[in-house]
Amino acid sequence: MIELRDVTLAFGERRLIEHATTRFERGRVTALLGRNGTGKSTLLRAIASLGAVESGEIFIAGSSLTTIGARDLARHLAYVNTERVDVDTLSAHDLVAIGRSPYTDWLGRLTAEDENVVCDAMRVAGVEHLAARAVSTLSDGECQRVMIARALAQDAEVLLLDEPTSFLDLPNRYELCRLLGELAHRDNKCIIFSTHELDIALSLADSVALVDTPNLIHLPTQQMIASGNIERLFDSDFVRFDAKIGAIRLK
Amino acid sequence: MQRRLHIILFVVLSLALLLVSVADLMLGTTLIPLDDIWRVLAGESANLNYQKIILDLRLPKIVVALLAGAALAVSGLEMQTLFRNPLAGPYVLGINSGASLGVALFTLSAPVMGLVSGSLFMRIGLTGMAWIGSALILLMVMALSRKIKSVSTILIIGMMLGSAISAVVGVLQYMGSDESLKAFVVWTMGSLSTVTRGDIWVFAPAIILGLVLSVSVIKPLNMLLLGESYARTMGLHVTRSRLIIFLSTTLLAGSVTAFCGPIGFIGLAMPHLARLTFRTADHRVLLPATMLWGALSMVLCALLSDLVAHSSVVLPVNTITALLGVPIIIFVVIRNRNRQ
Repeated sequence: MIELRDVTLAFGERRLIEHATTRFERGRVTALLGRNGTGKSTLLRAIASLGAVESGEIFIAGSSLTTIGARDLARHLAYVNTERVDVDTLSAHDLVAIGRSPYTDWLGRLTAEDENVVCDAMRVAGVEHLAARAVSTLSDGECQRVMIARALAQDAEVLLLDEPTSFLDLPNRYELCRLLGELAHRDNKCIIFSTHELDIALSLADSVALVDTPNLIHLPTQQMIASGNIERLFDSDFVRFDAKIGAIRLK
Repeated sequence: MQRRLHIILFVVLSLALLLVSVADLMLGTTLIPLDDIWRVLAGESANLNYQKIILDLRLPKIVVALLAGAALAVSGLEMQTLFRNPLAGPYVLGINSGASLGVALFTLSAPVMGLVSGSLFMRIGLTGMAWIGSALILLMVMALSRKIKSVSTILIIGMMLGSAISAVVGVLQYMGSDESLKAFVVWTMGSLSTVTRGDIWVFAPAIILGLVLSVSVIKPLNMLLLGESYARTMGLHVTRSRLIIFLSTTLLAGSVTAFCGPIGFIGLAMPHLARLTFRTADHRVLLPATMLWGALSMVLCALLSDLVAHSSVVLPVNTITALLGVPIIIFVVIRNRNRQ
């Protein structure tokens, strides 16, 4: 579904990931791991065609990002970051409805079918009850789930999420993980999400992509745990990765 | 439910607009009865004096007020959405000042170039310079807003740009001749009645084009509510949309400033009034609502300035727009502060 061919990413002058070549398939959840500032967000932005590609090529559903039209891409790929949308009079429903933009006419009018998709998206993301609320009154967690509903309304096979768990409390984190798993395994979507939470990543994801500057290592989760890469990257004087239980422990 | 509220509000606003416009036709230094107005507008023979007052003075002024109000308000709405800044507007961001600089350069140097004031060429030149001036400032603010994400920093920079330009304009005034200086000072006070019937043929098409452009970016404006990254990943050609919004705001704010002088507060306050009354962020509703509020507020200003006018003295529009707009803006600022 997503293919990286010899991709090098740069943030300003600084090179982050060099010569990465890998594929991300449908029906799988991939966790993107790495230390702070190694380029997790930049990689997700690059796949979403938001820049940073210095050389190499990225393909979505067989077409290169350099040739695919913006509207076509939006039908294949939806993106969610941690940026908060804080518009006074915008209701959650209307925000999710803007997600239908790749399908609507020049005025953005919703057809009955669009309206159904919007309702479904809100139900799946568990935010139906928030529909009439103004987004500026939502909590960070609620806002995050509304943004995910918006991405679902885009009806795309690829879902990119930049740190989707960061604002959520523990039950909501696992609820989100269950949702991502369901979307990948039941609805056959290709999901990549970045996170700092190793336990969530390893228990949920089918595969793990690890940014080991300047390389990108992408392996099925069990192989990644056995490979020793996680220990090498995350162990410090204070913490140690326990491959048996798949979690970080204090020393 | 919300749809019904919108329809009711649109009807009420339109009626209010009609009422104030008619009142403005009737009232002034000479009171003209309603049936006489009707006769003049219908083209039936009427008092020649009335005919002159209505067709040459009051009607053009009302048309200008309607268009100018709608234009300023819509340009403010576009800027607030584009910059994701509730306090953006043509006046605050220095767009008016940019236009002033263009106008100052032109009016003060026109006598040197041998241009007769009031000629069509003079009008087009003046408008052109105002467009160029406002476009340059808008470009600067847009470039800066890509680097600086802070809402208040952009506003401060806009105000500083405005002050700097005012200073430059001050220097230009010092160097200008007495006659051109007077023309310029009158212009800075802002007036709806300086636009003649001939001027309307330049003014109206420019404003209508600007409004049509703004209607064409309704969907992009909605998408830009979520910020550029989201808009792009939902299939928006951000550069193209920014360009259209840029052209539209320049045409709207630039033309109004060229013809009516720098008019403050309408552009900043009316989009908020539209949001507060219609309780939506959807530009499909917000854009026409903002147009109506802008037009209504401007016609009301025209009416007020007529009512307080004593034969020859006309209250500058700027004074009234400030009195009307400032309370709304303070309310919005306090409301935003309470929320955060």
